[in-house]
Amino acid sequence: MYSFEIERPATIAEAVAALKGEDAQALGGGQTLIPTLKQRLAMPGVLVSLAGIDAINGISRNGAGEFCIGGGSTHAAVAGGAGAYPALAALAGGIGDPAVRNRGTIGGSLANNDPSACYPAAALGSGATIVTNAREIAADDFFQGMFTTALDEGEIITEVRFAVPEVANYQKFEQPASRFALVGVFVAKYASGVRVAVTGASEEGVFRWAEAEAALSADFSAAALDGLTMSAAGMIGDLHGTAEYRAHLVAVMTRRAVQAAG
Amino acid sequence: MPNDIGHSASSKRREDVRFLTGVGNYTDDIDLHRQSHVVFLRSQVAHGRLKAVETTAAAAMPGVLRIFTGADFEGVGGIPTGWQITSRDGEVMQEPGHPVLAQGKVRFVGDMIAAVVAETEDQARDAAEAIELDIEELPAVIDMKAALAEGSPKVHDDLTGNLCYDWGFVEDNRDAVDAAIKAADHVTTLELVNNRLVANPMEPRVAIGDFAPGTGDSTLYTTSQNPHLIRLLMGAFVLGIPEHKLRVVAPDVGGGFGTKIFHYAEEAFCTFAAKALKRPVKWTSTRSEAFISDAHGRDHVTKIELALSKEGDFLAVRTDTHANMGAYLSTFAPAVPTWLHGILMAGNYKTPLIYVNVKAVFTNTVPVDAYRGAGRPEATFQLERVIDKAAREMGFDPIELRRRNFIHDFPYATPVAVEYDTGDYDATLDKLLEISDHAGFEARRDASAKKGLLRGLGINCYIEACGIAPSNLVGQLGARAGLYESATVRVNATGGLVVMTGSHSHGQGHETAFPQVIAKMIGIDENMIEIVHGDTANAPMGMGTYGSRSLAVGGSAMVRATEKIIAKAKKIAAHLLEASDADIELKDGQFSIVGTDKSVAWGEVTLAAYVPHNYPLDDIEPGLEETAFYDPTNFTYPAGAYSCEVEVDPDTGRVTIERFAAADDFGNVINPMIVEGQVHGGIGQGIGQALLEGAVYDDNGQLLTGSYMDYAMPRADDLPFFQVDHSCQTPCTHNPLGVKGCGEAGAIGSPPAVVNAVVDALQRAGLDVTHIDMPLSPARVWSAMNS
Amino acid sequence: MTDVTLTVNGTQVTAQVEGRTLLVDLLREDARLTGTHVGCDTSQCGACVVHVNGEAVKSCTMFAVEADGAEVTTIEGMANADGSLSTLQQAFQDHHGLQCGFCTPGMVMSAAALLKENPKPSAQEIRDYLEGNICRCTGYHNIVKSILAASGQDAGAIAAE
Repeated sequence: MYSFEIERPATIAEAVAALKGEDAQALGGGQTLIPTLKQRLAMPGVLVSLAGIDAINGISRNGAGEFCIGGGSTHAAVAGGAGAYPALAALAGGIGDPAVRNRGTIGGSLANNDPSACYPAAALGSGATIVTNAREIAADDFFQGMFTTALDEGEIITEVRFAVPEVANYQKFEQPASRFALVGVFVAKYASGVRVAVTGASEEGVFRWAEAEAALSADFSAAALDGLTMSAAGMIGDLHGTAEYRAHLVAVMTRRAVQAAG
Repeated sequence: MPNDIGHSASSKRREDVRFLTGVGNYTDDIDLHRQSHVVFLRSQVAHGRLKAVETTAAAAMPGVLRIFTGADFEGVGGIPTGWQITSRDGEVMQEPGHPVLAQGKVRFVGDMIAAVVAETEDQARDAAEAIELDIEELPAVIDMKAALAEGSPKVHDDLTGNLCYDWGFVEDNRDAVDAAIKAADHVTTLELVNNRLVANPMEPRVAIGDFAPGTGDSTLYTTSQNPHLIRLLMGAFVLGIPEHKLRVVAPDVGGGFGTKIFHYAEEAFCTFAAKALKRPVKWTSTRSEAFISDAHGRDHVTKIELALSKEGDFLAVRTDTHANMGAYLSTFAPAVPTWLHGILMAGNYKTPLIYVNVKAVFTNTVPVDAYRGAGRPEATFQLERVIDKAAREMGFDPIELRRRNFIHDFPYATPVAVEYDTGDYDATLDKLLEISDHAGFEARRDASAKKGLLRGLGINCYIEACGIAPSNLVGQLGARAGLYESATVRVNATGGLVVMTGSHSHGQGHETAFPQVIAKMIGIDENMIEIVHGDTANAPMGMGTYGSRSLAVGGSAMVRATEKIIAKAKKIAAHLLEASDADIELKDGQFSIVGTDKSVAWGEVTLAAYVPHNYPLDDIEPGLEETAFYDPTNFTYPAGAYSCEVEVDPDTGRVTIERFAAADDFGNVINPMIVEGQVHGGIGQGIGQALLEGAVYDDNGQLLTGSYMDYAMPRADDLPFFQVDHSCQTPCTHNPLGVKGCGEAGAIGSPPAVVNAVVDALQRAGLDVTHIDMPLSPARVWSAMNS
Repeated sequence: MTDVTLTVNGTQVTAQVEGRTLLVDLLREDARLTGTHVGCDTSQCGACVVHVNGEAVKSCTMFAVEADGAEVTTIEGMANADGSLSTLQQAFQDHHGLQCGFCTPGMVMSAAALLKENPKPSAQEIRDYLEGNICRCTGYHNIVKSILAASGQDAGAIAAE
């Protein structure tokens, strides 16, 4: 790692101020950032740790019945605390491994927008609202391609709000080495329609599969997906699977998610 | 059931206590006074001409003590290889120089260009990044067959091409094999890849060089499986330090699996730099660095043909293998695809005619050398896969086809130059069918089918040549070292023993198992015996631990030394008992005159040896310490049968191992618990090779699998419990313990079982899939199912 | 440089660290507790697992500064007060749950965290929980057995099923 300082603010305001410093970068749980720093692929001057900000921790329900998850909540906290949204809790409980889940945070994961991460699928699949120190961003507007989001420099995810669907399920097919999603599909059925979000597969990062959403909104059953295929164009191809394989897995995992959602 | 003390008993491992409480002593746990740190600047291109290495700015950075480049090593020897192979045409192999730091060219991603020594590791890393390189990138040579094509770029400009050697074995059989294959009723042909692997012991390599200006003595602390061999190779061939001025210490070592056998340039560098700087120099590899600097394993591309009679008799085997050497010849690299591979091509079968051709090739990749099994997994995989394919083609039951061709009469001289001393292949196969519940397979298959999953069963046999090896034989075969082992047994005055062995334990439990042997010979508590290993200042000489040789060779040396101890102790006892030493017997720690109740205890005799007041000083010296060297007269031949049941998910191609069983014949067993653990670990690695692991280079020589993010290590949820059995025991006939070795069997026997099982599952589902190359990743299996 | 103070195995440790100093570096170099190991640099092998405020974390993927004020337990703090092996440690010895010993500290720390959450885990739950702990020696067979046994279950019978 290159040399840098670490600041540990206690409030959002202090963190925002600290992030205005030159070459400042936010540090969530560090489970992605620290390995990146070890490879010397990033050269921050200051890391602003968000771990000490109580205001972005905790899980609650708001008046609209939404799950409000503090941006600093660890995967373990969500796995244990989002019981009323079982698909979300299960997704969080399947990220990384137990020790990683005790450190990694939802805010960190969403801000990083790794194309193989799980949380972007949950956020997009649930039509979540990403709340920052400055504004609220709809998930549909938030994810802007691999490792790219709508966040401005120094903007902090303080909360993520999930409307709880009637039923939902996440199916992850793991890349054998990293255990990240080779393909992950999050399916959520709301009164307003079905959302299907796919991670791991596309060179553009997480995306919604519109054809599947339309079919499932009309008929929420695996049979509704019959004949529906995903094009391999734009899919990631690497040593763990070709674009065609990933496209195939999208359809398989979508079907399984629908079956599991019941 | 074995009890838990003594010979053939599962004594609990005494070394566990320190490991379980965090007070082990691994090399990276050692910090020396005034220690400095080195970071190596490694090539990021696979092949290039080094035009300039500009270190001025870097040398001025904080904490930097000195920066070394290839120029600093111009008068220094290169990293040697320990084996010379002779080609079919009688020429010796091409053997390129291997400088400690690159000179003139870089030849693989990871090749060391410069070494920055600084006060701290971070400072050294900061400075390494500031070194300015001017490298003219050259086309990389990655694919072995392309490397041998006319006009291919050369990895080594001073060699005639990229062919290291073209080995034929047994060359005199070639025409007869060709004729037999031509005339056979049936010939089954299989082309396959034995995938390149990275050994990945969990402890990355570490080296610390130290130098004592007052005496001129050098010390190297290193993560090695064989410190004496490092002392010999580095002292004699690289740095010119005689053995008496060089001590090599390998303390607790966190796994080896072959990749810590070899002498590496980092070791030579740290020893050299410590002397130059008059300060200790420490290097700790990161895992990312390990992927591009630890020798890799396997990487064979093979075509095998098996000729059969219409009744199913094996008539001939012919193989054509390309074996990757990487950019330089690592310590044992030339021997792995030749002697450790060719001599196993008979397998468990009485095939009368065998011809093996191996072309070893230089490429712009990390050097390739021995990895658990080393040559023997490659032999077993191709043979057991082609037998399975032949059975399917000809409509034979794969088990019965194997049985039909088993060797039954021992000793058996194979057509590939070795003589199996003993074995019973039907017994291990029968045992396998029992412990794997072979009879229940169909019911389990039905249950899988109800879940929509394709179940398959794979079975194979294996044999290996272990207890490496008779020195006079390996000398004829090109080895530049003997492969004996030594042991010194020191008995202290109060009766305790210290055994200094050249074997090295890095997980095998020698500290527990070796005392069990001596305790039984003398009849004393095993806790009175301590094993000392891993330090050239102690054991007289050692060839180390690999090739499943520690108990068979190192243990035998220890037995011989203990026999000498007992012989001398009997003389002392005879004196004390006023009898003839021919009349003395030793039992349960008591020396007695045969047929009488007159006896003297072990402790009284050992005390007399060191307090020789009443002692036959005219006949024997005081003291009780003996050394023995043991040189085996043959290899040992562990053998067995393995089975695997898999489920294949037809939608995704994902394979899960549902059952795995192994029936091994290791001859006599000293500590069954440790033996089973060795088999478990080997199976884990074998399943890893079959399903998960594979080192992949792109066409430019960049390693695409350079971390655990892309190199799939087997994890707990990838594996089932294993059913293992070692109750079939045909003791080795030529070593005093009757043991054969158990360290590599699991890794040798398991890959073909897995692949046979997956092919079985797909064929039972009506798919025309005859082979899939390892690793059988979901993507590959799905692709095979859908092509 | 920053001063950090934490409690390690019940003993207060103060060290001057850089921002980039990892918790594992503080433990190994400042506290000289070398039982915690580093086996990779991508946060996957788990040889470095320790407990921070009672939770298993990878000490190679946490900065020392972030552990300021924390209670840390390492493998050196896992034995009984009289120095004898704890039930879990003893189970690893009894069932040959380690060979080279390098991954062992992390395995024990992860297993301890599991048993705290789930006192009688199934074999499958153990395997799933150990996703972030890589062992190259044992094939995991005896590690899983050790943890089953430590939880009072009949490991031999379960492994033979």
